Amino acid sequence: MPHIPLESHLPGITGLLEYSKATAQPIRDLTQFLLRGPSSLTEAERELIATVVSHGNECTFCTTAHTAAADLLAGEAITAQKVKENIETAPVSEKMKALLHIAALTRQSGKSVSEEAIARAKSAGATDVEIHDTVLIAALFCLYNRYVDGMGTALPADPAYYGVLAERLVNHGYTRLPQGYEHLKK
Amino acid sequence: MAHIQVPEGVPGIRSLVMFRPETGKYLYDLAQELLRGDSPLSQADRELIAAYVSKRNDCFFCMSSHAAAARCLYEGDEALVDEVLRDMERSSVSDKLKALLHIAGKVQVLGKEVTEGDISAARDLGATDKELHDTVLIAAAFCMFNRYVDGLASLTPTDPEVYKEMGKHMVKGYNLPPKQA
Repeated sequence: MPHIPLESHLPGITGLLEYSKATAQPIRDLTQFLLRGPSSLTEAERELIATVVSHGNECTFCTTAHTAAADLLAGEAITAQKVKENIETAPVSEKMKALLHIAALTRQSGKSVSEEAIARAKSAGATDVEIHDTVLIAALFCLYNRYVDGMGTALPADPAYYGVLAERLVNHGYTRLPQGYEHLKK
Repeated sequence: MAHIQVPEGVPGIRSLVMFRPETGKYLYDLAQELLRGDSPLSQADRELIAAYVSKRNDCFFCMSSHAAAARCLYEGDEALVDEVLRDMERSSVSDKLKALLHIAGKVQVLGKEVTEGDISAARDLGATDKELHDTVLIAAAFCMFNRYVDGLASLTPTDPEVYKEMGKHMVKGYNLPPKQA
């Protein structure tokens, strides 16, 4: 049971974003820009950063949702799984390994991001903007994961919910649905 | 030195949002809404939660700047800020605010750490749904801001006077700095 009354048909983050629309707006806009805006990282790569951080923070809702989004964008379900198991042996580029490592360090603490981790990413070809966005995506998911679990939000009763959600995240994005979420009531 | 090429001599998050105003705009909008927007918690109490979480995350820049803003906002009671940063449980803030700071401290560790018991203890002391929500979201947001500021190794001033001035500006609101020339 969530710690405060939230719409029961909106598990995870969505019920919270609907509960507090004024704070939801900049959070949604920031996420839309970071994960779907113009970037030299693909949308699938950016979803992997969200997945790795949510997994490290033990946030079941966010991990499952962003794994589903990463899988849908990549057209396969192996990379996200492997990245969660071990970044260093996962089937991603050297640059992505270095960026995912930075994301994992950011998750621990800002101070954990070492000169060495940054130098490794730069020598693998990462730009300043890519490093910036990686740190900010990782930091943003430290917000989301704590918001979702700190308010005790519910997990979807039906696992198929994640498939529908991933489709919305891929085809619509992170902004509020113009028609709201009433249509999801059963 | 910062990990990326941000404008020289500009401290903390300000240097980062000048490097990337596309994301900076939303970060400042969020800070403004969380710390200055409508909430049953006073602006002073919200700045105190921000400073307390930043201290626990070992983020000197955010702790010092939000503590300075809180001191301005508490006016005569500014010593409360230092008491909370020194030892929250023994500070002279209200029991309700202590219960909320306790929840913020749990959020700082991990979302899952917040228990039904923590929530009901705060409710028994009069905390409302919205107060609980705002406390958790402010704490979560500072787990983002702190990681952003330190994760990119932005410039952290050490002179307390610098933060005192910063605090005065922050009280007026969070506005994106102008784009660099």
